[in-house]
Amino acid sequence: MTPPLSARRLGFRFPGRTILRDVSVDLKPGRVTALLGPNGSGKSTFLRILLGLLQPDTGEVLLRGGDIRAMNRVAVAGHIAFVPQQTTAAFAFTSLDMVLMARESRRPFLSASSSEDRRIALAALDQMGATTLADRTFSLLSGGERQLVILARALAQETPILILDEPATGLDYGNQIRMLEMITRLARDLGKAILQTTHAPEHAIASADEILLLKDGLILKRGAPGDVLTSPNLAVLYDLPVEKFEQHLRNAGSLSVGGNLPGTRELTEPPRSRLSNAC
Amino acid sequence: MKPRAWVLPGFAILLLIAMIYALGAGRFGVGWIELGQLLAGQAPPGDASRWSNVFFQLRLPRILAAGLVGSSLAVAGASYQAMFANPLVSPNLCGVLAGSSFGAALGMVISTNWLVVQLTTFGFGLAAVGVALGIAAFFRRSSDPMLILVLGGIVASALFSALLAIVKYLADPYDKLPSIVYWLMGSFALSEWPLLGRTVWPMLAALGVLLAMSGRLNVLSLGDEPARALGLPAGRLRLVAIIMATVLSSLTVVIGGEIGWIGLIIPHAARMLTGPDNRLLLPASALLGAAFLIGVDTAARTMFRAEVPVGIITALLGVITFVAVLGRARKGWA
Repeated sequence: MTPPLSARRLGFRFPGRTILRDVSVDLKPGRVTALLGPNGSGKSTFLRILLGLLQPDTGEVLLRGGDIRAMNRVAVAGHIAFVPQQTTAAFAFTSLDMVLMARESRRPFLSASSSEDRRIALAALDQMGATTLADRTFSLLSGGERQLVILARALAQETPILILDEPATGLDYGNQIRMLEMITRLARDLGKAILQTTHAPEHAIASADEILLLKDGLILKRGAPGDVLTSPNLAVLYDLPVEKFEQHLRNAGSLSVGGNLPGTRELTEPPRSRLSNAC
Repeated sequence: MKPRAWVLPGFAILLLIAMIYALGAGRFGVGWIELGQLLAGQAPPGDASRWSNVFFQLRLPRILAAGLVGSSLAVAGASYQAMFANPLVSPNLCGVLAGSSFGAALGMVISTNWLVVQLTTFGFGLAAVGVALGIAAFFRRSSDPMLILVLGGIVASALFSALLAIVKYLADPYDKLPSIVYWLMGSFALSEWPLLGRTVWPMLAALGVLLAMSGRLNVLSLGDEPARALGLPAGRLRLVAIIMATVLSSLTVVIGGEIGWIGLIIPHAARMLTGPDNRLLLPASALLGAAFLIGVDTAARTMFRAEVPVGIITALLGVITFVAVLGRARKGWA
């Protein structure tokens, strides 16, 4: 079967600097691929090329077997939804307005949102557990809440492919875990082909079926999380001595697992944020 | 804020009231009964030709011109704000009005043909936006993009004001200079049917195009890449919107000279009631802009014995409103 999205031997240069060399990837339905790499390794450029927002110097991106350069923006947006690292709005749109924008390119000029569009947008917010945010002003929401709304917008695009740029960055620990669970669920339950970038190996372990390590524009390793996310590989990826890496992992592993939940006297507020409805 | 269904009918009624009041107001006072008779197509008693002259040759075209200019500047302002994702831009702050004023003055000096004036007005209006955007693009990496676009507009305004000064300096001081100076202050005193006839169609077309793409402007206001990822050809849409908004702004200069601030204050005022959705905001701005400028123009020609250039009044009101808007800005743009 043709993979819904496949990149073949992508190369990209800025003047005086090579950003990507010979990078290939196939996204498959129902699977999550995670892309890890240090700052400046070419992750964002890679995503922008996959989305057809940037033209590669060499290689090609195939969307359902066809060259993405030959497709217009509406067609691409019908197949790939994108969740950027950060979304800002200069005007006070509500969250529902923001989600409805997923449908705008399919509407004829000068038409209001149809009741079908609204139903899809509300269902997407509901799926993210963000129904209560629908009428709130997007620009006044917290980072985590915004990220949920933008993920709902990506769902309302009803695409088979989802690309996320560091979706858990900036979220608190609990919301990071919820976000990763949600990404896994979207792949398992809805069969979406998902690519996410991340800076945290534990996020990749928690949610991905395949890992790509990108360094200096080259794929360093690729494979199942257990095979790729080893301390020697990560030490090379992030230019750290292996011992330092392992020391860090041991420290992180010393987090206590088990014990009792705090009593009400220690924790008067229930540990639920608005996001906790989401899972 | 939720869009409110009554905003459009409310603004339409306001516009109607402003038009009827403006028809009746003036040195040549008209009572409500005569006004009713005239509107019903019956000539009131007395000198019929004088009535119809004041009404149909002086006041009606002037009111329509003020309404058209008010709508155009307000819709152009709201559109610029959406497509540049920047609530502070307006035809003034983009430099369009300064560029158009220079173009118009140049056109008046080099030609007596109105088509030439219209083309130079539009051409230099577009050139001024180009200068502002060019500066913003050149410095976008080193500065806050919202701020740099406003600064780019200030630079473009300064450049074309200087060029305008050169044209004024070289213009014939007995013939062309006074008409350039008076007309650039902003006034509808010379609005007559032929002038309206030359400008109304391109303006209505540009208004129509912007209203039709108002939903797309919502998405464009998120920025270029997000809009493209959501399926819009952002570059092409923005180019169309810039050209349409610049047609509107520059032709207002052809009709009434440089009338500032409408493009900034009306969209902000309307947005407080409609929320940011351009599908509601653009028609609301068109109605409110028309009602506002008809009101201000009526005040300009009736408040004092001699007529005050309307551009001076809108500038004074604009400064006050702008300061009030800045106060709100800290709480987020409505």
